[in-house]
Amino acid sequence: MSEPYQILIGLEVHVQLLTESKLFCSCSTRFGQPPNTQTCPVCIGMPGTLPVLNRKAFQLALKAALALNCRIARFTKWDRKNYYYPDLPKGYQISQYDLPFSADGYLPISDPRGQIEPKRIGIIRVHLEEDAGKSMHDEVAGRADSRIDLNRAGTPLLEIVSRPDIRSPGEAKAFLTELKLLLNYLEVSDCNMQEGSLRVDANINLLVDTPEGAVPTPIVEVKNMNSFRAVERALAYEAQRQYEAWQASGIRQGGRGGHKTTRGWDEAAQVTRAQRTKEESSDYRYFPDPDLVPVTVTDHEIDELRRSLGELPADLRQRLARTYGLNAYDSDVLVSQGRRLVEYYIQLADHCGDGKLASNWVQQDVLRVLNERHMTIDQFPVSAERLGELLRIVRCGQLETSRARQVLAHMMSTGRSANQAMAEMGIEEVGEAELEALCRELVAANPKIVQQVKGGKVKAAGALVGQAKKRNPNVDPQRVHKLCLELIEKM
Amino acid sequence: MFEDDLTSLTATQLKARLDAGAVTAVEVAEAFLARIARCDGSIGAFLRVDREAALERASEVDRKRRTGEPLGRLAGLPVAVKDVLCIRDEVTTCASRMLEGFRPPYDATVVRALRAADAVLVGKTNMDEFAMGGSTENSAFQLTRNPWNLERIPGGSSGGAAACVAAQMAPLSVGSDTGGSIRQPAALCGVTGMKPTYGRVSRHGLVAFASSLDQVGPLGRTAEDVALLLEVLAGHDPRDSTSVNRPVPAYTETISQPLEGLRIGLVREHFAEGLDEQVARAVREAVEVFRRWGASVREVSLPHSRYAVATYYIIAPCEASSNLARYDGVHYGYRTDVRAMAKGLASQRKGLLAAGDVAAAESLDSALVRMYRQTRAEGFGAEVKRRIMLGTYALSAGYYDAYYLKALRVRRLIRADFDQAFGRVDLIAGPVTPSPAYKIGERIDDPLSMYLFDLYTVSTNLAGITGISIPCGFSDEGLPIGLHLQAPPFEEERLLRAAHMYQQVTDWHRHSPAMA
Repeated sequence: MSEPYQILIGLEVHVQLLTESKLFCSCSTRFGQPPNTQTCPVCIGMPGTLPVLNRKAFQLALKAALALNCRIARFTKWDRKNYYYPDLPKGYQISQYDLPFSADGYLPISDPRGQIEPKRIGIIRVHLEEDAGKSMHDEVAGRADSRIDLNRAGTPLLEIVSRPDIRSPGEAKAFLTELKLLLNYLEVSDCNMQEGSLRVDANINLLVDTPEGAVPTPIVEVKNMNSFRAVERALAYEAQRQYEAWQASGIRQGGRGGHKTTRGWDEAAQVTRAQRTKEESSDYRYFPDPDLVPVTVTDHEIDELRRSLGELPADLRQRLARTYGLNAYDSDVLVSQGRRLVEYYIQLADHCGDGKLASNWVQQDVLRVLNERHMTIDQFPVSAERLGELLRIVRCGQLETSRARQVLAHMMSTGRSANQAMAEMGIEEVGEAELEALCRELVAANPKIVQQVKGGKVKAAGALVGQAKKRNPNVDPQRVHKLCLELIEKM
Repeated sequence: MFEDDLTSLTATQLKARLDAGAVTAVEVAEAFLARIARCDGSIGAFLRVDREAALERASEVDRKRRTGEPLGRLAGLPVAVKDVLCIRDEVTTCASRMLEGFRPPYDATVVRALRAADAVLVGKTNMDEFAMGGSTENSAFQLTRNPWNLERIPGGSSGGAAACVAAQMAPLSVGSDTGGSIRQPAALCGVTGMKPTYGRVSRHGLVAFASSLDQVGPLGRTAEDVALLLEVLAGHDPRDSTSVNRPVPAYTETISQPLEGLRIGLVREHFAEGLDEQVARAVREAVEVFRRWGASVREVSLPHSRYAVATYYIIAPCEASSNLARYDGVHYGYRTDVRAMAKGLASQRKGLLAAGDVAAAESLDSALVRMYRQTRAEGFGAEVKRRIMLGTYALSAGYYDAYYLKALRVRRLIRADFDQAFGRVDLIAGPVTPSPAYKIGERIDDPLSMYLFDLYTVSTNLAGITGISIPCGFSDEGLPIGLHLQAPPFEEERLLRAAHMYQQVTDWHRHSPAMA
């Protein structure tokens, strides 16, 4: 990097866990239901109600922490974070303060396109807490009414805090992408930013090179970023803004005016804007929640959960490269599509015996169909086994690619096997003698083309291939091309 | 006469008559309801009495009995419930304006247990607001008077719960005890009341004051009655993570078995300055009764008990400040008049701007913050606000370690003192209160003297152990005095057997106040 500064970024990611029920009651966590229908006396904080830990949610959280290479605390407790807000019905959030259930992990990131260096991003801590409800400010009605939906209140939320190891907006995006993929693989969260199941805040500042050494600029917390792209852009904007602010004011971290501030990303204007900050820093008066008992975790439980993690994205990428000969880019594309697609790919590659060919077909044909039809791999109408059969035929040279695509289309619409589809389409292999007779005929009938080819314009032979395909769609164009040229040469 | 005959019976006696078919549940309910109608005007123990519901419930019990359906342990027995316990769709206020008219959408686990036992719920009893206080003077709605002397407090916070049993308006009642709130009014009203071990009874549906100290418990005329009610209240509840999963002994079956070789401890620190001479004498005489029965008595020390009140008044307010944050006017309960509030805020802003004080105008509360402030200022009484402020202060950054954390450490030491003492003795005996009931209004402006009245009871809650208060005498002025017995965790059975033993050879519990 040529800029006279280094960027330091730490991310704080909140992820909703994919549980059936909330963290401390048995209400459903389903998204998109009518307001206040997924609630009970416990999650709306009625007097006298008590939280009871959803052990399943806790185990999901443990899985995530294990996959993030965290140290798991054998003893963890719950703390109350006290603050007033209308969507926080108890007046406190049950969270974890000084004894999070896990800490000190890392997530390796890399970029198959080579734009960032592979590295590990440290994880300071991962803890579990309950989500708040949602406030909806109904100002359209002209009455400035606020409405509160508590469906989300009590949903389990994982807070993942990274170390400030991230050095560029691109790395931040790579971290989030890898984190999302990992949590998808674990089926811990669907990490959908639109539905709010993944939320990101970023802390960013610069280390500016000066003659007296590197000087840190004040830390800014950036909020309100609604997509990974927004995170990347907001951080790029913010780094530039901080550098300009530094040049203009020289304010450094810890110095006068150098306290931490909060800014919100304005997606429409593509800028960050200062958010109103309270004069006094908020005091959440954390203390252990007396309604909940501490949680103990045994080695046995950790071992069991570790075994249940399955093969994770980083391992899978390596396996695809090692076993199927894929390059980093291809294995990344496949792994990014999720565990089910990788399983499909592996079956396909095993059936057709050519990893690269299988990868091409999955990326170009299968994924295209999935995208066009908005379906998942489980809904794809042709099984890996049947597609593998087709690719075996392609691989033997008995079927050229464009014809094979037509066969696949036929297989998809009819549910036939590759051989059945080819039979129904009248595709059969053209014998050597038949092919030679056809080529001789064509060469004889097209003296002009022969002339052109002899005159060095080899391309002209393409017209012969076209005519051959018209006469018999089953001919292999490559073989026709080759044979015609041989015949012309002998003339 | 019939009415008074029935209401003068203990729950155990009533149960025997009901089970024998000598009397119907409706007759029993009518007797107590008539007694309430006649006496509660001068006592004020009940916030609400649901006559119709009680009679309906009683006749349902009678029907079940006639048709031979299985009946619960408390079939046909009237039970009063402290207004801190949620009853589905029935007003539950905690004696606070904040919850005036509030109807919970669910039953407390203990209320469900009472219903399942075929008890007849007669009404909700008065208390100090959110159970904060020791005289029931902090109720936002009414005073409760001591049936033994109407100028005196009944104690608190379960003042209504104790007074209604003393005045024979209910044979049984359910209270809650955070620092003595069952045992202290039981002592001052001359009835028997127990704080079970923390975790013995579910807190689900008990509106929280201080979660790590609160415990629901029974009040009755005798240890036998208390045993009967405890059998129904106690038990594991999956809705309360702090409730303990261990079997509930059959207290009523073992209660008559005398305790052989009982070792009783007297706490050296309890018989010091501040203890009323008459209370001290009554307690010593009670201990003599045990000695005559064959118990050995020795002195034990609870050296950290001198810090118990201070520790309690850190931990309880800290938890309360958080537990009571939910009463903010947003979701349920009292909310300030928002229109008037908005008007006031607007005119305040206008005034400031007119005076040219733009900075002050800009730092005015937002409408939301003003709504919070005003709702809580109007909805809570003085004592509740005092404790919320104490707790908020003690939990604040910079003070947490010096107050809350230190209090937790002392709390462990207090528990360790008990563990050590219980290595040498089976029960610890002592006074419940430093003096008999004081006069209404006497200490209302002196919160510290009120707090110090909790001196002998708070350590039971801090240690999480169990304690019972039984009548053991009267002062010269004819006010009841209570004997405090404490036992190790989950030794309620031992407490009840000892209390019953005592009540077999004394008659303090049989005295009843002369009612108009």
